Amino acid sequence: MPRGVAGLVLALLLAPVLALMSSTAAHAVDTLCLPDATHGCLAGTLRTEDGVLPDVTITVTDEAGAAQEVVTSETGKWNLRVDKEGPYTVKIDESTLPKDLVTDGEVKVTSKFGVTIPALITIRTENYSATTSKFDELLQSSVNGLRLGLLLALASVGLSLIYGTTGLSNFAHAEQVTLGGMLGYYLINVHGLGLWVGGVLVVILCAFSGWLQDRVLWQPLRRRGLGLTQLMIVTIGLSLALQYVYQYTVGARTVRVVQDNPEVSEFGPITITNQSIVAMVISVVVLAAVGYALLRTRIGRATRAVSDNPALAAASGIDTDKVIRLVWTVAMGLAGLSGILYALVTNGIKWDTGLQILLLLFAAVTLGGLGTAFGALVGALIIGLVVELSPVLGMPGDFKYATALLILILLLLVRPQGLLGKPQRIG
Amino acid sequence: MDNIQYILNGMVREALSPQTAAVAIAVIGLNIHFGFTGLLNMGQSAFMLLGAYGFAISIWHGLPMILGILFGFGAAFIFALILGAPTLKLRGDYLAIVTISAAEIIRYVGRSALLVDFTGSAQGIPGSKYTTAFDNLSFFGNGSFTLIPFNYRDVADGAAWVRVIGWILVVAVITLIVLRLRRGGAFEGIAQAALTALMFVVGIFLIFFLFPVPYLSSEWWVRFVAWALVFACTAVVFLLVRSPWGRALRGIREDEDAIRSLGKNVFAIKMQALVIGGLFGALGGMVYVLSSSVQPDSMGRSLTFFCYTALLLGGAATIFGPVLGSVLFFAGRIGIKYIAATYVPDSVMSGQQTEQFSYIVVGVALMLLVIFRPQGILGNKRELRFNV
Amino acid sequence: MSDQMAQPTAASGMADPAARRALTGGFAPEPGSAKPDPILVVDNIVRQFGGMTAVDVGHLEVQRGLITALIGPNGAGKTTFFNLITGFDRPTTAGKGAHWAFDGRTLDKTSASSVARAGMVRTFQLTKALSAMTVIENMMLGAQDQAGENLFKSMFRGTWAKQEREIEAKADELLGRFKLYEKKHDYAGSLSGGQRKLLEMARALMSDPKMIMLDEPMAGVNPALTQSLLGHVQSLRDEGMTVLFVEHDMHVVRHISDWVAVMAEGKLVAEGPADTVMSDQAVIDAYLGAHHDTDLGDDALLTDEAIEELEEEVAAEREAEEETK
Ligand SMILES: Nc1ncnc2c1ncn2[C@@H]1O[C@H](COP(=O)(O)OP(=O)(O)OP(=O)(O)O)[C@@H](O)[C@H]1O
Ligand SMILES: [Mg+2]
Repeated sequence: MPRGVAGLVLALLLAPVLALMSSTAAHAVDTLCLPDATHGCLAGTLRTEDGVLPDVTITVTDEAGAAQEVVTSETGKWNLRVDKEGPYTVKIDESTLPKDLVTDGEVKVTSKFGVTIPALITIRTENYSATTSKFDELLQSSVNGLRLGLLLALASVGLSLIYGTTGLSNFAHAEQVTLGGMLGYYLINVHGLGLWVGGVLVVILCAFSGWLQDRVLWQPLRRRGLGLTQLMIVTIGLSLALQYVYQYTVGARTVRVVQDNPEVSEFGPITITNQSIVAMVISVVVLAAVGYALLRTRIGRATRAVSDNPALAAASGIDTDKVIRLVWTVAMGLAGLSGILYALVTNGIKWDTGLQILLLLFAAVTLGGLGTAFGALVGALIIGLVVELSPVLGMPGDFKYATALLILILLLLVRPQGLLGKPQRIG
Repeated sequence: MDNIQYILNGMVREALSPQTAAVAIAVIGLNIHFGFTGLLNMGQSAFMLLGAYGFAISIWHGLPMILGILFGFGAAFIFALILGAPTLKLRGDYLAIVTISAAEIIRYVGRSALLVDFTGSAQGIPGSKYTTAFDNLSFFGNGSFTLIPFNYRDVADGAAWVRVIGWILVVAVITLIVLRLRRGGAFEGIAQAALTALMFVVGIFLIFFLFPVPYLSSEWWVRFVAWALVFACTAVVFLLVRSPWGRALRGIREDEDAIRSLGKNVFAIKMQALVIGGLFGALGGMVYVLSSSVQPDSMGRSLTFFCYTALLLGGAATIFGPVLGSVLFFAGRIGIKYIAATYVPDSVMSGQQTEQFSYIVVGVALMLLVIFRPQGILGNKRELRFNV
Repeated sequence: MSDQMAQPTAASGMADPAARRALTGGFAPEPGSAKPDPILVVDNIVRQFGGMTAVDVGHLEVQRGLITALIGPNGAGKTTFFNLITGFDRPTTAGKGAHWAFDGRTLDKTSASSVARAGMVRTFQLTKALSAMTVIENMMLGAQDQAGENLFKSMFRGTWAKQEREIEAKADELLGRFKLYEKKHDYAGSLSGGQRKLLEMARALMSDPKMIMLDEPMAGVNPALTQSLLGHVQSLRDEGMTVLFVEHDMHVVRHISDWVAVMAEGKLVAEGPADTVMSDQAVIDAYLGAHHDTDLGDDALLTDEAIEELEEEVAAEREAEEETK
């Protein structure tokens, strides 16, 4: 059994080396600009909420002040090949813009060899700026919040199930979310797999990583009789190691799963990318399936029994180890799914994306009640909405995560067991 | 040989650096939380950051240093109260979750562009804005010097054998000290205490003999103060934990309900522990930024995890564990990095990657440590079957 | 009821068996009966877990200076009841009619530690020995009002060294009585299950409580030691301490308790002196079973007639049960 641990450790140490060999190859994309090992691309689409903007001149200036100009195509698209890595300023020549438009006019991006960096500049029609009411903004943010909440729910349901069945707060859970995004980047962006095929593969790989983790690490450690605190610190070590494995292989930059800029749909005042819609639908379907499985299937009921009282469940003939193995597998699969969807809807993923997500995941899980899968779902939706709505309601944008924490602390004061949790037994 | 001397030099420089001392102080605080009381504080870096902010911002805005120190402590004190109040009555995980979240929040807020006049937002506060007052207190004079002018180069022209013998001696002395500490009673009675102290002195002399590092006098000053504080903090913790208060802490770590049934106000004692440990964290934070700058991103979640690694390495719930652990942690990490940089060709691992590789090793080492040797180097296996 | 009956003060204790019998003879043998000098009064405590009601006690008084036993079948709610009145759990009815008072002091909102400081100390059914600490450290934690537990004084040994020595002497004495003195410097984790029970009891006594609540104190303690512990508990009573204990061993209950309260399915179903209660049909049905007086381990039972007799009775009982369904 220590050999299993040693094996995992070895695998962890080798991972960077292996990943290095499959180095970041050039990407096949359908834009005109092809980044390669010594060139990067900057690209974007100019659009207002009414439509795309052709024939606008854009000036791209590098650090040294050397400027290049491009003109947007009929579809509002533009791109530019650059031969330096570093910061660039992308500026719209406002004289080439149609009238009645409002824009911040410029944006700063950092180019990287081998990838296309999006440079997005917001442009609005004047009456849009004038008429976008608080209410519309609220609506838009609610949708964004719902989206974030659903993605968080995917990950936090797993986190909660793991907590319920094993008592472990898995600090490495967010790194599993990052793993989903990173694998998506490797499979789809680097190796050119189709989005759907790649996505399914990502989920399978992540689920497998969960299975493997429980096989070589968590189960042996449970057998060894490690205390929960010790296990928790093991997850911290794992999280630390994984973070730096990502940094080692991908670097500190943000990577994207797909190259092109997303298509956008509009429903009244709400603007949303098609990817987001699909992501939300997938999340809802998957969450519903998990809920159904928990409530209606034998294995789901066994899982809830183990969550309720592991000793009792074991005594009544449930193979707790098998249930826990399954929980790890499913939880990591869900985290992976959440990760790739997150990378898709937020336009990229970074080695430390997990850092931010972990905080929200914990807030969601605690809010709902540690260990209750449905509580996690509710908690995640609330946290998602809170995070996205608080800037609209007057919280400075920098502090939007703080609102989530504030709510968590207040809730713990009045209802420590969380919304759907149960108090525990003493004596 | 020169490669080895280079690597060892790097390790010793890191081991003696004021930042190592600063982290050691924070780890001493964490030891009160986690080691003695069983509180899972996952936000020690936030206590450090708050201490550093309180200190640096006050001085930057023209307040005297003493007020800066008080503000640093005050911020950590309030932070501890806010975090402790909702969570200390609950199961241990809640404190972990709330502290780790709050630590991230503090960092985000510190980085916020709105606060640029106070925290310098993401760029932080450069050291030049607040260290003058501290440097002025120095009694080390000016110039640059090595602490012990006599070093290995003065013996047989620094031949390899001098160094090899020296290293063996250093390792031997350190091993002896560790063995004495593990056995316990290293400070019982004047004779024992004197012997242990003598071994410390010999060890330190040998290290300066083998790795002569010239620093500016201001750098010596920071180092002197930092390490003096480390020893002061160790002494305070020693006094605290062998008292009935310390006994109550350990009782709480074992079983809160039992202690409650004996009429102790568990919440108050835990809160005291959280605050005291947090104040050590704040002090650590102030020392941390004395020799560099206040960088919110350098005091994030990873730093807390490094603190845990150092604590578990040295031995939780021991007096000297935090210091030993911090020194070994930082020296070891730099050692790994230098070794990777020196012996692994660039085509396999770039310079940037050696840094990350060393952190991967840290993460894995933390896992292995907890699994195979949870009591660390100095700890007592029977005492430390920690469970919350 | 004779109000003018000499009410012994706590100081004088209830050492005289005749006086105790005379006193308890005056109590009405019914659930929730009034006592002349109750140290603990409980009203309307209800605790529900989900839909299940674990405890539902309308009224209970515990007489000062006596040994009161609390008995009842497994799951009757005895431990939960202990948890509730010692502040380790909160009644579902908190703020809605639940009241309980100890020694004249209302405890409705008092925390567990304050309850203990007020003089009501408990032990746990599942022992809570602090296993990574030594036996003597466990004991010393039991002492109240230690100057050295103040954060600011703790740094200065001079302020607490003397008190520490006194506490240690007291702990030594108690350890001697509980046959644990030889284990003084061992880790509590290395003690056997029975020894942990003893340690927990001794630790609870370190605080000189007015009332001690023992949750199955004799479970797992060997007969000889049980004997001497029972003697010890009685001498505590004789010194004026009130004892409330949960116990499944009816011999123990009969032997030392002055008064018995019976719980079943969360409710208080009977009260009375041991003999009266144990012959109460409701108690026999709910808890004791028809053969509680027979020692089931007795070889004499293994004669054919005895077994047949038993079997017949069991069959009859089963039939009766099926009829009621
Ligand atoms: N935290 C809890 N959650 C759910 N049910 C509980 C909890 N604590 C107690 N119960 C239930 O309350 C009932 C009473 O339990 P309690 O432990 O008080 O019984 P008891 O009388 O002490 O039994 P025993 O004699 O076996 O010790 C039991 O049915 C138990 O399952
Ligand atoms: Mg019980």
